[in-house]
Amino acid sequence: MNGTAPSVVVSDLVKSFGDFTAVDHISLEAYPGEVFGFLGPNGAGKSTTIRILCGLLRPTSGRATVAGIDVARQPEAVRQKIGYMSQKFSLYNDLRVIENIRFFAGMYSVPEPVLPERADWVLKMAGLEDRRSALTGTLATGWKQRLALGCAVLHRPPILFLDEPTSGVDPISRRNFWELIHLMAAEGVTVFVTTHYMDEAEYCRRLVLLYRGQIVASGSPSELKLEAMKGELLLVECEQVGKALELLQTGPGVLDAAIFGNSIHVVVTRAAEAMPGLTKYLSERSIAVSKMEPISPTLEDVFVSVTSRRGESPEEISVQ
Amino acid sequence: MRLHRLATIARKEVLQIMRDARSVVIVVGMPVIMMLAFGYGISFDLKHLAVYVFDREGSQQSQDLLKHFLASEYFKVVRAVNNYPALVRAIDAGDCKLALVVPQDFSHRLNSGGPVSIQALVDGTDSNSANLAIAYSQAVVQTYSQQLQFDWIRRHGQNDIRPPISVDARTWFNENLESMANIVPGVVVIVMAVVGTFLTALTISREWERGTMEQLISTPVTSLELMLGKLAPYFVIGMLDTCLCAVLGVLWFGVPFRGSWVLFFFSSTLFLIVVLSTGYFISVVAKSQLAASQISLFATFLPTFLLSGFLFPIDQMPVAIQAVTYLLPARYYMAIVRNVFLKGAAATLLLDKLIALSLLAFLLVFVATRVFKKKLAQ
Repeated sequence: MNGTAPSVVVSDLVKSFGDFTAVDHISLEAYPGEVFGFLGPNGAGKSTTIRILCGLLRPTSGRATVAGIDVARQPEAVRQKIGYMSQKFSLYNDLRVIENIRFFAGMYSVPEPVLPERADWVLKMAGLEDRRSALTGTLATGWKQRLALGCAVLHRPPILFLDEPTSGVDPISRRNFWELIHLMAAEGVTVFVTTHYMDEAEYCRRLVLLYRGQIVASGSPSELKLEAMKGELLLVECEQVGKALELLQTGPGVLDAAIFGNSIHVVVTRAAEAMPGLTKYLSERSIAVSKMEPISPTLEDVFVSVTSRRGESPEEISVQ
Repeated sequence: MRLHRLATIARKEVLQIMRDARSVVIVVGMPVIMMLAFGYGISFDLKHLAVYVFDREGSQQSQDLLKHFLASEYFKVVRAVNNYPALVRAIDAGDCKLALVVPQDFSHRLNSGGPVSIQALVDGTDSNSANLAIAYSQAVVQTYSQQLQFDWIRRHGQNDIRPPISVDARTWFNENLESMANIVPGVVVIVMAVVGTFLTALTISREWERGTMEQLISTPVTSLELMLGKLAPYFVIGMLDTCLCAVLGVLWFGVPFRGSWVLFFFSSTLFLIVVLSTGYFISVVAKSQLAASQISLFATFLPTFLLSGFLFPIDQMPVAIQAVTYLLPARYYMAIVRNVFLKGAAATLLLDKLIALSLLAFLLVFVATRVFKKKLAQ
């Protein structure tokens, strides 16, 4: 990409725990300034991959380099180059805000002279200028997450790993948090984010869809919507949604059908050609269609489509 | 290894200790409470044992004998009764451990030269006190009857009295044979074992339990920096607690300290290394703070209490159990501390114990670091 060297290179990465393969031959490349999204249900292997890239887990086979350093061989050297925010909030609740900042600054060997300036920067970013002496445990979740992000970037790492950074955070705080992520990326930081919020995935420059330890699709959100879908999408609103779904799944020219909210999304080869036939098909079976129109797919449609092609149904995908 | 990271971790640990009321209680309260509880609570001495007497004769001579009991510091005559059932009731109710009955014909038999005995009823529930009570009452009666004999001989014009052979006992190291002098230095060992293991076991399992370990190990910190940084504050605390106990023992309980403080602190350092590594090991193995605290209690308090020679002499234990005690670091440290306190023993005399303690310290440090590294690497 523009001749720059990738900051993260993963090739054929495998991680097994006994019989269970959590990460199954994953390969990818990420470049400076990219927001790279890992999308997938719980247990898809997102966190495991991130933990390998942070040098917290040893890969079973395959290779991963972060900032040019092999994570399996020099995990401690990698850690100076990265910032990591784990899934669970993991700052010290019994320390004050500023004490947490000083602690992590010490861990990352932030030089003493620049520490006050860095600390102020983090406090400002997290919106905690007035609460530097507050006990961290007394902060609201959104603030805690921003403080955790701040503590992870005190040493200005070129690569940032965020493992579900916004779970349990209210929508406004989530938006603020994503603004911070884009700010970092604009400064050239490679940001890896795992999420199972589909709307958040839209904020990513590039996405990989993980399912059962494998990459099932990858690309920018728009590329995924165009290419990973194997047809066009129709929105159907009708009565007796349950029965209609059953019928549509075996309907003429239907590749796939799934319930979204109180309507049905139907994948067909060409929307314009399929519409008359489907309306007729449903009304002949005494289901009144109130609305049928072509729509552009969301990432969730892509995800459903990609995973159902593998003969599986996606679990635990949440939409907000 | 970077010293500044080690110092950062140590500083954080101190902040957390100071902010956690529980650990402050453990650090300051536990040594004092244990010192007082064990120092006063555990005693193998018999003093001022409650005695009831039933003097059926009430003669000059019977009263003389009872006065000898009164004069002894081992006994305290609580009450004189005038019937037998009252004695039985007193023993049943636990009002006295020893009841003396002087027979009706006491002085008559004494004067006529016949065999004389007084009856002693002893509550044998606590066999140790019962044995002591019997032995002491025999001694009191012995002294009294010897005195009577000498008087009798003198009255019969025989002034050249040959005194019987006696044992001239010179007790060394614990002149007054107070068990407190033995117990109090031992409590130092118990306090260190419990406080040291307990606190360290909690500090690391807390990081796992709260998820902060995940963040911590994502930084460039090495496992050695982490271990030393974490243990440094507890080492200082352990040393302060050791001093606190020693000072309490010497100044409050009046236990003599005859040996070298350098030797005392050197061996305490070794033992603290043992104890902190044990705690570290437990915290890696235990999944939660609760499990860690339970394991550390079972792994340190009980063996130290029962098998280190604190209460029961090791050479009196069954051979199989004696063999087990050789693996117990507290065994060596207990012997060193007592020798240093009471005997003022020199390092050369304790060399074998110091070497054994050092070996166990190195072994435990090695195991703890290995296990911790392994857990991080998964």
